[in-house]
Amino acid sequence: MNPLGEKYLRKDFLPFVFCPGCGDGMIVQAFLQAVDDLGIRDDLALTAGIGCSSWIAVYIHADVLKVLHGRAIPAAIGLKATNPSRKVVTFTGDGDCLAIGGNHLLHAARRNIDMTVVVVNNQLYAMTGGQVAPSTKVGSKTQTTPYGNIEKPLDGCKVAIAAGATMVSRWSTAQPRQLIRAFKKALNHKGFAFIEVMSQCPVQTGRYMLGSGSPQFNFQWLKDNCVIIDDPSKSGEVEAQGKIPLGDFLQVEKPEFMEEVQRMNQRVKEAQAKGGDR
Amino acid sequence: MPIIIRANMPPGKSFLWRGRKEVMKKGHIRVMLGNEACVEAALLAGCRFFAGYPITPATEILEVMSRRLPLVDGLCLQMEDEIAAVVAIVGASWGGTKAMTATSGPGFCLMQEGIGLAVAVEAPCVIVNVQRGGPASGQSTSTAQGDFYQARYGSNGDYSLIVLCPSTAQEMFDHTVKAFNLSERFRIPVIILSDEVVGHIREKVFIPEADELKFVQRKTPTVPMAEFIPFKADTDGVPFMPTFNTGYRVPVISQAKSLSGNRGNAKEADENIRRIVAKVEDHIEEFADVQVYGDKNAETAFVTFGSVCRAARSAVDMGRERGLALRSVEVKTVWPFPDHLVRRALAGAERIVVAEMNLGMIQREVERVIRQPKIKIELFSKIGGIYPQPQEFLRFLEEKR
Repeated sequence: MNPLGEKYLRKDFLPFVFCPGCGDGMIVQAFLQAVDDLGIRDDLALTAGIGCSSWIAVYIHADVLKVLHGRAIPAAIGLKATNPSRKVVTFTGDGDCLAIGGNHLLHAARRNIDMTVVVVNNQLYAMTGGQVAPSTKVGSKTQTTPYGNIEKPLDGCKVAIAAGATMVSRWSTAQPRQLIRAFKKALNHKGFAFIEVMSQCPVQTGRYMLGSGSPQFNFQWLKDNCVIIDDPSKSGEVEAQGKIPLGDFLQVEKPEFMEEVQRMNQRVKEAQAKGGDR
Repeated sequence: MPIIIRANMPPGKSFLWRGRKEVMKKGHIRVMLGNEACVEAALLAGCRFFAGYPITPATEILEVMSRRLPLVDGLCLQMEDEIAAVVAIVGASWGGTKAMTATSGPGFCLMQEGIGLAVAVEAPCVIVNVQRGGPASGQSTSTAQGDFYQARYGSNGDYSLIVLCPSTAQEMFDHTVKAFNLSERFRIPVIILSDEVVGHIREKVFIPEADELKFVQRKTPTVPMAEFIPFKADTDGVPFMPTFNTGYRVPVISQAKSLSGNRGNAKEADENIRRIVAKVEDHIEEFADVQVYGDKNAETAFVTFGSVCRAARSAVDMGRERGLALRSVEVKTVWPFPDHLVRRALAGAERIVVAEMNLGMIQREVERVIRQPKIKIELFSKIGGIYPQPQEFLRFLEEKR
């Protein structure tokens, strides 16, 4: 076994649920590399929702809370709130995070609570057999859009930025080095970090949406359809060509929620000790 | 601010409410809302995380928590909805903290998936439902008891949990302490099924000193990680619960699971589900509480729960003045339904009238428990947000005879 796997995987839970050719295994490896480089294993508290990518968390030998569909972020907030020294990371998918869990994403980003959300985007609901998702492109045929998708997709990174996330990146499984670097930045970032990973799903996206179930084809599709940009303002140009912009879109420092909580508690207690009102 | 009266309880004498057996020695009395009493008890019991969403008539719990928790290094979060609130307390529970949320009917609907989650991941937590009218938005400022079955059967699948029904501000306090203790004892969500009358009544509450109360903490593992099996139960059916980031690297999934915490096969799922039900149902004698007010041998008996107990007590008193022997059987722990205690409390009764603010819910449980062809379980029902008057109980007895 890969030495990272030897060190960090929950071996009695193997084999993975992932289909052959799935990108989730690559994301597991990139994440474990980041964790190993930073040496933060004991601080990890992972949460996940429902869907293929949510199983990523379960195979990592750390404390893991895998909850209901869409609810991984509130569970992470509960863990962070009760011990701010935890490195809380949520593994979720495009359906889990942007559809059923969309409201939680908005409000966690708004609070700028220190956590990392890893959204694995395979452009549809894969575990249930390939239905349309908020990330599915217009025109795509899925099991529930047999005549082509007529709904415009939602850009998770833009939503996260608009809601107040302070670190936002999008990479694909075809850029493992950039992905590892982004994970490390996110784990060190004090605030709400949102990392979207475009990932191949040969079995559902490939077969039904892109026209081939071959893993090579689907990996090549990512390489051909994702464009790395240095300047986030250029994302419009890339999107106009029907491609997916990749890159580190945002990293700013803003007051972090749990630090603000501690400051408030301190202020309130001092005021009370003086006998004054708040 | 509520009035604070310092009081030393006379030893050996029940001070506040009739029928109460244990005697508190030290404490103080305050006049407060039922909802405030709930907060007071939660803080004493060690609750340090609260997540909620405003909803009438439960909002005061969130409001008072937001004032009080920062003073004790806790955190009160107003979440984006009730789903987030209940899932956050499940996270906080695994984070090692006693946690609570509070809501009313429409929010309680949203919380059902989270209640199932808390059951499945065996996360101790307390959920307060201050009932209002339903269905849907119903009557936000009026009292009701229509969530009786929802509190027990609202989430999917087979499970069990404990539901407590307070009828006074004092019981809001007492039941909240009990709820935290039972949740920690059995690693389950415990629901306090209050209602608008109890949440909003302002009356005397005796608050004991913390050292006069018993607080239960969850059992944490004593063996090292290598020997620890996450969902292997102790002899009482309850597994040991490690806190996250204490070296156990525990996998906690919401699926039916094997002992190691992985998705279980059919046999493992079967055992998992049976265990999480049995760990509660097999120990009902530890917590079941049914009280009888009035003449224990009276031929006519009311069966009540929650705020209706209050009016029924007055009706029993009024009946006594008129020479009418009555008893009121008050079911304090409604789920799991205490069959044996209700049967005992109703022994010898020839006329049984169930009084509740819905169209007949606890009535069905009583019908199930009292299977005597001669006895019809009559229903005195008030809905629409109208609280029953004591006189109406007596009128019901006369008119329906």
